[in-house]
Amino acid sequence: MKRKRAKFTLQSKYLLLILTGLCIVLMAVTFTTDLFTGMVARISGYVTIPFQTGISEIGGYLSDRSKDLAQIRDLQRQNQELREQIDRLTIENNTLTQEKYELNNLRSLYQLDQEYSEYEKVGARVIGMDGGNWFNTFIIDKGTDDGIALDMNVMSGSGLVGIVTETGANWAKVTAIIDDTINVPGMVLATGDRLIVSGDLELMSENTIRFSKLIDSEGKVKEGDKVVTSNISTKYLPGLLIGYITSMDADSNNLTHSGSITPAVDFEHMDEVLVILDLKQQIDENE
Amino acid sequence: MKNRILAVFVVIFSFILQTTVCRYIAFGNVGPNLLIISTASFGFMMGQKAGITVGFFTGLLVDIFSGGILGFHALLYMYIGYFNGFFKRLFFKDDLMLQILLVGCSDFVYSITYYLLMFLLRGKFHIGYYLMNIIIPEVVYTILLTIVLFSVMTFINRMAEKRANRSSEEIV
Repeated sequence: MKRKRAKFTLQSKYLLLILTGLCIVLMAVTFTTDLFTGMVARISGYVTIPFQTGISEIGGYLSDRSKDLAQIRDLQRQNQELREQIDRLTIENNTLTQEKYELNNLRSLYQLDQEYSEYEKVGARVIGMDGGNWFNTFIIDKGTDDGIALDMNVMSGSGLVGIVTETGANWAKVTAIIDDTINVPGMVLATGDRLIVSGDLELMSENTIRFSKLIDSEGKVKEGDKVVTSNISTKYLPGLLIGYITSMDADSNNLTHSGSITPAVDFEHMDEVLVILDLKQQIDENE
Repeated sequence: MKNRILAVFVVIFSFILQTTVCRYIAFGNVGPNLLIISTASFGFMMGQKAGITVGFFTGLLVDIFSGGILGFHALLYMYIGYFNGFFKRLFFKDDLMLQILLVGCSDFVYSITYYLLMFLLRGKFHIGYYLMNIIIPEVVYTILLTIVLFSVMTFINRMAEKRANRSSEEIV
């Protein structure tokens, strides 16, 4: 295809070649340095976040009105209140069980001054999803301006939703624990046995997540047991509810168990989340 | 010039719709891929260069938001736009079949490539599962959306081309 005009025009294959080169350079740069992270976050904060907030608000408004039509708004409010109460009670119950467990293990002797449940939280709205169908990340409308930082834990109701993996001035990206790339160290609340919870795209449609490496030598762990985040995790605060064990099998090595967990959070209908502003205490390597 | 404004508008608009509205209309966790539709459409309607540019910027937006490797989606979408550009000669506005075929193939190739690079390389070998539960439903959903959208798209493109004719652009 030849251009007849005298004006300078680039043939498409050269354009393709140049842009391919540019992409490869960009990929190489992102692989080796973190040069773009801040810049990119700033650009997207100004270009698309306002639109996404607006459209999400319109969507929320429309769905609210449709609920009006069905005249179940009242019931929903009551339901919401009751759910919140359940969430509160579940958290309380969790705390109590946890404290009992701690007492049993004479942890109090060590005089841990950590308060497990008194985390400072901030509410945020979900305004966007990751574009494709492959990973499970979403964008919330609070960012560094509201005190949100990387690796903060995100909850919805009484359960753990995910972790902040990217931040901008007025937005933050949360990767859900059901995402294919996420592993969370957890433990069974009743017995204190540790396990690894890993998101899996294959189980996402069944609304479950996989767990593995559960060492349960005494055979005490049973289906229905609560799984919370473990205290040995580097990024997750201890004692956050992940879900309930729905099935478990012994691995072929006869030492560990694996199975599936039903998460405590409904990941399909998530509009508001709570971000915990406390970060897990890190050991400063410089000291 | 008007075409460029239109392209910028379509890229940003489809990206915003993709990240906000698609989660409301998703069936069983699988939503349509609007970005493939816009990229492929620009490719086979306006030629390779338009396909490349639209694909590149669409992919770049996706990269910025997915927070992964900058340039990965840009590369994928760019090649989709480029290869769709080859079909400009075959493209007739009333021939819905070709459009469906091209968009469907583009989405399929995109999904397969994405699976190979992002999942297979991490040791997730159940290609049958991913094919049946994500790739095929996404392709079907995207094709359905293409059929709906295309009456609108053809209209917009017709307007744009009329303007382009007036400013003495050549027609192939």
